[in-house]
Amino acid sequence: MEQKKRKIRRSKEDVIFDSVIFVILTVIFLVVAYPLYFIIISSVSDPGAVAGGKVIFYPVGFNLNGYKEVFKDDRIIRSFMNSIFYTVCGVLVNLAVTLPTAYALSRNKFFLKKQTMAFYMVTMFIGGGMIPTYLVVQKTGLLDTMWSLIIPGALSVYNMIVAKTFFQQNISEELYEAAEIDGCGHGRFFFNIALPLSGAITAIMVLYYGVGHWNSYFSALLYIQDETKFPLQLVLRTILIQNEAQLNQQAYDAASRAALEEKRQLTELMKYSLIIISSIPVMVMYPFIQKHFVKGVMIGSVKG
Amino acid sequence: MKKENKVQTQNKKSFLQILRRDFSLVLFILPGVIITFIYTYIPMYGVQIAFRKYNPRLGFTGSEWVGLKHFIRFFESPYFLLTIKNTFILSLYSMVVGFPIPIILALMLNSFRHKKYRKVIQTVTYAPNFISTVVMCGMLILFLSPSVGIVNNVIKSLGGDAINFMAEEKLWRHIYVWSGVWQGMGWSSVIYFAALAGISPELHEAAICDGASKLQLIRYIDLPSIMPTATILLIMNCGSILSVGFEKVFLLQNDLNKGVSQVISTYVYQVGLLDRNLSYSSAIGLFNSVVNAILLILVNKAADKMSGNSLW
Repeated sequence: MEQKKRKIRRSKEDVIFDSVIFVILTVIFLVVAYPLYFIIISSVSDPGAVAGGKVIFYPVGFNLNGYKEVFKDDRIIRSFMNSIFYTVCGVLVNLAVTLPTAYALSRNKFFLKKQTMAFYMVTMFIGGGMIPTYLVVQKTGLLDTMWSLIIPGALSVYNMIVAKTFFQQNISEELYEAAEIDGCGHGRFFFNIALPLSGAITAIMVLYYGVGHWNSYFSALLYIQDETKFPLQLVLRTILIQNEAQLNQQAYDAASRAALEEKRQLTELMKYSLIIISSIPVMVMYPFIQKHFVKGVMIGSVKG
Repeated sequence: MKKENKVQTQNKKSFLQILRRDFSLVLFILPGVIITFIYTYIPMYGVQIAFRKYNPRLGFTGSEWVGLKHFIRFFESPYFLLTIKNTFILSLYSMVVGFPIPIILALMLNSFRHKKYRKVIQTVTYAPNFISTVVMCGMLILFLSPSVGIVNNVIKSLGGDAINFMAEEKLWRHIYVWSGVWQGMGWSSVIYFAALAGISPELHEAAICDGASKLQLIRYIDLPSIMPTATILLIMNCGSILSVGFEKVFLLQNDLNKGVSQVISTYVYQVGLLDRNLSYSSAIGLFNSVVNAILLILVNKAADKMSGNSLW
């Protein structure tokens, strides 16, 4: 029977069905891939060619002026470094808070388990909102400090539940009981036995939180006024989103339009290069990210 | 203390014993609990400034009580209907488009037998999810720019007139929703794809032996098996129908499209942090949360009655 299965002829209907799916998926593939590809080829093309719409399938007038322009801008370099700091420190704090919490809540015998879970579940449905949270951040003295982007979001309930599910499935109560008989408490068990067995979940947490820190701009928009502390995303907002309007206005005031036009095209080109540079850390990690994020979704979905 | 312990029966441990046993676990949860308490629970308590005339010197509880004044002011302002309408239309539109597309994508990928090509499509469609909101909106503005954007270059080369997309109120919602689909469809399909991968192959084989076509496999096996997941996600979506994401709307907003892009959350930001009208802004935020909570409960009840799937 099993060998024959392969020989079952596909019906006409199935052949049509397969071809339709193939075509639709290919269209989806192109629609998603082309904008990304376009950014890459534009970033290394001649500014005039990009603005004139000559860059479509491959780079025209290959050059790296856009990238040079990016590196001339102090704001970008500084905020890039800031973002690295926020991401590294942020992730360390996230791990230090999330993993122990998740481990403790994965132990069924823990006497505060139910209460603590309820304490966290409530926060998934209600919150104080933007302004009261802002006021608390202000009152605790974090406003306009780097900590404002690290401390308030130290624990994401969703991530914590993913980690907790992982501990429940992989670090069994029996394992702990065996260690307990040998005189090992929860503290030592967690650091010497549970953590070394939890490389997978640590990687997932690092990437979940890391991508979150790298890409977030909202908390910085609310809490940081000092430009030297801006994360990259906030500077990107200034350049990519707010600049456009300013440049349009300048164009009308200008006496020498040609020179300005050239400058303008270079500024536009620089945006493509900037998008690439700002995405490099995530792109480099993308193979790991894809693998671990998918794993995280699987673990998370077990609980629903 | 030792005496007390001896008095206890062997089965029931005293509270102190339990506390000593779980002491390190208590230490483990402490940092998270403290931070969450300060930055999530105290703001919940601070919501009461929505009913007060907030004065920074007097704090959450000391400020003068004004009752529903801020709420009434919001209900009577022209922004009330405008922001609610915009929020509602935007999130309903996002949901109607954004909810079925990942399911369809997952079903197509699952019935697509060419493994390598499938892997390529998955890798590419997941990628936009990891682009930051700022870069995403920056890309949109670049592509749609009336002077140098590729979209307008194409339109111009076809003989049309350049369109200033970001200034057109009619187009703004479509841009917002479909760029969201572009960014999110691949990633949102992961959870359905995982559910589909869990279907036992024997089910499919048996159906094929009975002469089922591929379309029938999807209709009678695949679709029913992802329904529970889909329902849960739909309920959660409905619960947040009045809380469209602030980040992207805010970035795509400009003075020319505010008529359709001013949603509740951006209005809360504008009134609260730009105009420094803290109490009024909190009142709007609170109103929004309450409506969301009511919607979530209603939809959850409806889903429970109709399909037996619910959040709790």
